[in-house]
Amino acid sequence: MEKKNYTVSVYTENNLGLLSRIAAIFLKRHINIESITVSQSEVHEVMRFIIIVEVTEEQVKKIVGQIEKQIEVIKAFYHKDEELIYQETALYKVRSSDFVEDFDIQSFIKKTNARIVTVSPKFFVIEKTGERHETESLYEKLKPYGLMQFVRSGTIAVSKNEMPISELLEKFNTSNTIQ
Amino acid sequence: MEVKTAGFKEVSTAETLKVSGAEAVIKSLLAEGVEVMYGYPGGAIMPVYDEIFKYKGQIEHVLTRHEQGAAHAAQGYARVTGKVGVAIATSGPGATNLITGIADAHIDSTPMVCITGQVGSHLLGSDAFQEIDIVGLSTPITKWNYQVTKASEIPEVLARAFYIARSGRPGPVLIDITKDAQFESLDFSYKKCSGIRSYTPFPEVNLLQVERAAQAINNAKKPMIVFGQGVILGSAEKLLKEVVEKTGVPAAWTILGLSALETDHPLNVGMVGMHGNYAPNILTNECDVLIAIGMRFDDRVTGDLNTYAKQATIIHFEIDPAEVNKNVHAHIPVLGDVKQTLKLLLEFLQPKSHDEWHNKFRELHSTEYEKIIKNDLSASEGKIKMAEVLDEINTVSKGDAIIVSDVGQHQMVACRYAKFNSSRSNVTSGGLGTMGFALPAAIGAKMGSPNREVVAIIGDGGFQMTLQELATIYQMNVPVKIVVLNNNFLGMVRQWQQMFFEKRYASTEMVNPDFTGIAKAYHLATRKISERSNLQEAVQEMLASDKPFFLEVEVEKEECVFPMITTGASVSDIRLE
Repeated sequence: MEKKNYTVSVYTENNLGLLSRIAAIFLKRHINIESITVSQSEVHEVMRFIIIVEVTEEQVKKIVGQIEKQIEVIKAFYHKDEELIYQETALYKVRSSDFVEDFDIQSFIKKTNARIVTVSPKFFVIEKTGERHETESLYEKLKPYGLMQFVRSGTIAVSKNEMPISELLEKFNTSNTIQ
Repeated sequence: MEVKTAGFKEVSTAETLKVSGAEAVIKSLLAEGVEVMYGYPGGAIMPVYDEIFKYKGQIEHVLTRHEQGAAHAAQGYARVTGKVGVAIATSGPGATNLITGIADAHIDSTPMVCITGQVGSHLLGSDAFQEIDIVGLSTPITKWNYQVTKASEIPEVLARAFYIARSGRPGPVLIDITKDAQFESLDFSYKKCSGIRSYTPFPEVNLLQVERAAQAINNAKKPMIVFGQGVILGSAEKLLKEVVEKTGVPAAWTILGLSALETDHPLNVGMVGMHGNYAPNILTNECDVLIAIGMRFDDRVTGDLNTYAKQATIIHFEIDPAEVNKNVHAHIPVLGDVKQTLKLLLEFLQPKSHDEWHNKFRELHSTEYEKIIKNDLSASEGKIKMAEVLDEINTVSKGDAIIVSDVGQHQMVACRYAKFNSSRSNVTSGGLGTMGFALPAAIGAKMGSPNREVVAIIGDGGFQMTLQELATIYQMNVPVKIVVLNNNFLGMVRQWQQMFFEKRYASTEMVNPDFTGIAKAYHLATRKISERSNLQEAVQEMLASDKPFFLEVEVEKEECVFPMITTGASVSDIRLE
C-alpha cells in the first residue's frame, strides 16, 4: 500500500497528559509525526488536534482506532488532502539592508501574496499563509538573500464534510443508557 | 455536596463529611466495594497507610514483599473474581516496581486500579527524593491515568478510575496522589461514576451484522469457533456454550480463553496457537467459516498472517473496535459486548451437527495423542515429565482447582493439560509473558476465591523472580499450593536454542539453590520428589493440606514442548517434533 499524507483530526477533552498519550500511539508504531497542532475547537472546552503523518491508509485507520480508544478522546477522524481545506503559516525574517537593495518590495509582496508583519531598520518579518508548496516557494525565493530566521506552523485544517461533535456530546447528555 | 446559603452556616447533606484526602481514598475504595488491596508503604503514601491502619477490619491490606508482587496479586484477584484488583505503592521506586504488573494487566485486559503516592505538589518537577513521573511512565500501559494534586478531586477521580477499569474492555488505571493532597481536607461525598462523555465502553450492536454472522454460520459446512478471554470478561460463558451446542461447531480456545468452556466438553477441540493442539491449528486453514469470539488474533495464535485462514469467512465478535481488522481482516465484524451479541445471535442460529467435520478433529487429535500426548503422560522411564504432574493434579483435584501458571514451558504444558470444570480458573500471563507472575498472582487468586484450591505451577527460573512473596504467603497464611517444576534450565529459551541456535545454551542453564530449603526458611510445609513413583502421593499430600504447601518436582532436563508452530510459520505447518 502506498504511503500518503493523512490528516488525523482528534476532538478531545482539555486534559493534562493527553498530548503525550496520543503521541505515544505514534511512537509505539515507529511513525514520525510530520506536524501537530492543538487548539480550541468549535465546541466549548473541547480541544482539536491536527496531526499530519505520512503512512498507508491501513496504518492510519489503525492509528485512529487506537486514538479513539483513549478515554478522553471524543472522536478521531482521518482525511486525505482532497477532503480538507488546509493552511500553514510561515514567518520569514530577512535583513533589511539585503532585502531593500535587491528587491522591489511592493511587487514582490503582491506577486507572492505575502504580508509584511514588521519593518525595522534592521529586519523585515514577512508572513505567508498557504499550502506547503507556497510557503516553500517563498522560502526558496528569499533564501539567496540570507534568511535570518524561518519558521513554519503545523498544518491546520477544516474538513469539507461536517464534524458532528456537538451532536455527539448532546447524545451523551440526553441518553443515559451507559451503565 | 457543600451548600452555602446566605445568612446561614454551611449546610451539608447527610453524606457530606470533612475528611483528609488520605481518608477519602479509603472511603472511596470502600464505596466501590473493595475488600482487599495489595501494597507496600513508603514516604509519599504514608498518610493513606495511616488510614489503612485506622480502617482495619473494614478493608484488608496485604503487605507483599515487592510492589511487583502487589500488582500481580491484584491481577490474580481480579482474574478469578471479575472484580477490580487494587494495588498501592509509594512514589519513585515503589511506583516503577508496579510497572511490569500494570503492563501485564494492560495487555491481558485485567481490571485494576493502582494508587501511587507522589511527592508534594510544590516539589513536582524538582527531582525531589523519590519523585518519578509515574503518569508519564505509565501512559502507554494504562487504560487511563491521572495525577491528583487537590484532595477535593479524590472521590470523583477514584469513581472514574473504577468505572474505567471495569467497564467495556477492562484494563489498568493508575491514580497518582501528591502527598499534600493526602493531608489536605475535603468535604467527602461519593457518587459512583456511570458514564463519561468522551468514552463509549462498548459499541452499539448492529443487528444486521449479527444476522449476517448467523447466516454465515448456518450455511457453513466446516465452521470453527475460536474463543478468547472476551467470553470470560463479558460473563458470556453460558451463551458460548449454548451457541456451541446449538450449532455443533467445534470450539477451540486461546490461552486466555481457557476454562470458559469446560475442558471435557465434547465440542471443545483444544487450544490454538504456537503450542496449541494439532487439530484446531491445522483445521484453522481448512474451515470455511472462522468464528472468533472475544479474541484478538495475537501473533502467537495466528503464526504467519499471510497464510492464516485465508480460505475462511472470518466473523469477529469484539468489544474493542480497534481490534477489528488490526491483524486479521474480518469479513463480518460484530461489534459489541459478547453478552449482548451472542444472545442475539442465538435467536438466528439453526440447530446443526457437523459430525463429519468433527471427525476430522478427532482424527488429527489421535495423531497428536499417539505422537505426543501419550509420551507426555505415560512415560515409564526417565525423569518425571511436566505433563504428568498436571495430569496428577487433574486427577486429585477433579478439575476443580484454579491453576495459576508462570511463563515458559511449564505454562504451555499447564495450559495444554490442565482440566477445568468452571470458568475463571486459568490464571496466566498471556500477552506479556511475565516470568515471576504466578506466585504473587496465586496469592490474589486464593484470596479472591478462598473456597477453591489454587495451585501455582512455576518453573525454576520464574520462581526466583518473585520468591520473596513466600513471606507474604506465610504472614497472611494464604493456603496456596506451589509446584516448582525444576529442570535446572530456562526451559523455553533452551528449547529455542536447541531448535534454532544449534544447542548453544547461552545463559539458560541454572545452578539452583535448595528450593525446599528456601521454602522451609519461610516456614512452609515442603516436599521434593524426583521419582515417578512418588508423584501421586506427593500431589495427594499437597492437595490434602489446608495450609500453604511447597512441592518441588525434579523434571526431565531437556524436554521440548510440542506441537509447535515455529516463528513465522503457518498454523497448518505445526510441528509434532
